[in-house]
Amino acid sequence: MLDFLIPILTTTFMYSTPLIFAALGGVISERSGVINIGIEGIMTVGAFFAASVAYYTSNPWLGLMAGGVVGGLISLLHALASITFSADQTISGIALNFIGPGLSVFLCKIFFNGQTKTYPIHNKLPKLFYNLDVTVILAIIAAIVLWFMFKKTKWGLRIRAIGENPYAADSLGINVYRTRYLCVIVSGILAGIGGAVTTLSVISQFSPSAISGQGFIALAAVIFGKWTSLGAYFSCLLFAFAQALAVTFGGADFIPSEIINMLPYVLTIFVLIFFVGKSCAPRANGKPYIKGER
Amino acid sequence: MENLPKKDTAEYFLQMKNITKCFGKFRALDDVNLNVRRGSVHALLGENGAGKTTLMNILYGLYQADLGEIFINGELVQIKNPSVAIDLGIGMVHQHFKLVQNFTVAQNIMLGCEVTSPFGVLDFKEFNKKIAKIIDQYGLKVDLKARIENISVGMQQRVEILKTLYRGADLLILDEPTAVLTPAEIEELINIIFKLTSSGKTVIIITHKLKEIKAVAQSCTIIRKGKYVDTLDVEKTNKHELAKKMVGRDVKLVVDNPPENPGEVVFEISDLCIKKETSENLFAVKDLSLKIRKGEILGLAGVEGNGQKEIAEAIMGLRKVSSGKITINGKEIQNLTPYEVIKNKVSIIHEDRHKRGLILDFSVAENAVLEEYRESPFSRNGILNYKAINKFTKELIKQYDIAPERCHRRRIRKLSGGNQQKVIIGREIHSNPDLLIAMQPTRGLDVGAIEYVHKTLIKEREKGRAILLISLELDEILALSSRVAVIYNGEILGSFSRKEANEENVGFLMAGGNENVA
Repeated sequence: MLDFLIPILTTTFMYSTPLIFAALGGVISERSGVINIGIEGIMTVGAFFAASVAYYTSNPWLGLMAGGVVGGLISLLHALASITFSADQTISGIALNFIGPGLSVFLCKIFFNGQTKTYPIHNKLPKLFYNLDVTVILAIIAAIVLWFMFKKTKWGLRIRAIGENPYAADSLGINVYRTRYLCVIVSGILAGIGGAVTTLSVISQFSPSAISGQGFIALAAVIFGKWTSLGAYFSCLLFAFAQALAVTFGGADFIPSEIINMLPYVLTIFVLIFFVGKSCAPRANGKPYIKGER
Repeated sequence: MENLPKKDTAEYFLQMKNITKCFGKFRALDDVNLNVRRGSVHALLGENGAGKTTLMNILYGLYQADLGEIFINGELVQIKNPSVAIDLGIGMVHQHFKLVQNFTVAQNIMLGCEVTSPFGVLDFKEFNKKIAKIIDQYGLKVDLKARIENISVGMQQRVEILKTLYRGADLLILDEPTAVLTPAEIEELINIIFKLTSSGKTVIIITHKLKEIKAVAQSCTIIRKGKYVDTLDVEKTNKHELAKKMVGRDVKLVVDNPPENPGEVVFEISDLCIKKETSENLFAVKDLSLKIRKGEILGLAGVEGNGQKEIAEAIMGLRKVSSGKITINGKEIQNLTPYEVIKNKVSIIHEDRHKRGLILDFSVAENAVLEEYRESPFSRNGILNYKAINKFTKELIKQYDIAPERCHRRRIRKLSGGNQQKVIIGREIHSNPDLLIAMQPTRGLDVGAIEYVHKTLIKEREKGRAILLISLELDEILALSSRVAVIYNGEILGSFSRKEANEENVGFLMAGGNENVA
């Protein structure tokens, strides 16, 4: 039984990690009132840069950092559009989702001999006991740090206030624009790391299909987790468990593998149908803050 | 945070000189002066859109003046943002409270000025000690652990006042502080204001209610259409002088309301129950019954959130009725669609004209036919006939004196609140309803427009219409109603004839008192 369970659990943890980083990014952005639907695109860019840097430097840790930095940079576009120019956050996020894969494949062809895939990296991020990736531990730490920040510190209080009622925060001298910028950038860094984890510990190279839906599953996890970091963490575990089941039983005869591969996505839809209405989004989520309006 | 002794040499705590502020081409403030004595209550009086709030937002650093100077304690200051204002000892309680609904009272007070132990961790123990002192000193009772969404409006206001005092405010700006309070809460607020000034704080109160100025303020500055009019000593003036200076012409503060001559009952609600949105077991309205006759105005008095909105929405078919009957001319109309309700000759002036009454980005003409657009002559076979619509609207504009005169093609967003309301009233009366529901018909309107709305309602009553007036303004209820019913917690606690009703007995029931205790 244990022999059977441990691989499933390790696989669950492995698949959950990219989702967790991305979902934590979603939590921090949406808590400050900016919907970041572009997480999928940011993950793709993060995944590509991580794989390329890791390949050329032979150092996966540098790759991981590159994924985060590039994720943060590309999220600046979203921040600029949605915070400074009060653009529609959904549209600007969708734009990121197109820019992400486009940019990645374009650069990939330049740096990897016209291919849309990077060469496999020489060494992946290290594994610990029970074949558990080191990133699994990092994800847990990140979730706890964010939880602590939101629950216990003044910065958390301020970010939550901005996401609920930016007019109240502004009237108390809190800089709404600066805080939202910071949150969106951190969100991009986390999503970029999420993408990086995919290419550095789950698979070992970037391909156009490396990121296919993880960003959206992470967004569903944000909602399912009621915009809390721990909630998002456990939701990601649930989605990853579905994926682990799909992988484990994918080859079995009694259910067609196509059906079982749909599991994580079907679960996402179910979660969205049954929980979106009931959960409690930050009140100012998705609404641009325009000084002087009420 | 403590009240440090300030060098209070200057007679005036605050002086604003020659303040001018433009929004695009519009001059919101034009050369306005304001001098506020230390330790006094200074009223800022003006109609809606006169520029009172703009002036205070400049003082609080939310806007920058184009021209003019501000002196605090005799010293010239530049107030670039609210943080600077807070540091200068200025605190503002906005008309629409700036509170985070799902935060606790304590979180709201400390936000932006948190008490922390190392690593930015919030220290509520230390905070509670600090705030308890202020609470005791001014009698500002609040429940620190309660969430804002669960406390009364009165308590929310006390939280806002605490926020300013916690930041060490010496000058408190209260923007329309009584608009949302019950008579009892208003009295409590006035006591708090006196406690503030007697301990050396200065208070500016923005209002357009003349009664309150007489009750609480020592001096009063009046502005009209962005221009400074006068500063008066409240002792030496009277309501009529204040009103005249505010509006720029003589106004009737209370409309003539000739005795009514009601006919047969046209509208009846019996044993109406409506469930709360949030719960399956709680009722927003419980076993409520009322009758309205032809040619009378039934005034439904009550504090916001006691079921008034639910009743109006249930009548109009916007909300589900759990049990009970609503009848007009003997026909049951509960749980019909809004269209069917309107067809049964019921009309409503909605409480929130921006949300329900109008489509702000449609033209005046399109808004004028929102209810009748499917009927001839406004449309034929599904095609709108703009010629007829425009003709009708032009007549409406003339009849109801809507300004500007040639506005039928303009987006209704551009009209003032009073003129928007006139379009709605004109539209609803044109459909010739047997029951007209007027819900907060003068909310956000200035004295001149209020006078117009009140006159129109009386005129319609005299024509024999049945009118249900739902208002949070007790003065309005008393001035217009033929009968007054008081709603509290979804139930009618009592009703009075026009002769019996007065501020004391109606106000007492509005606060939930019952007659046995009185």
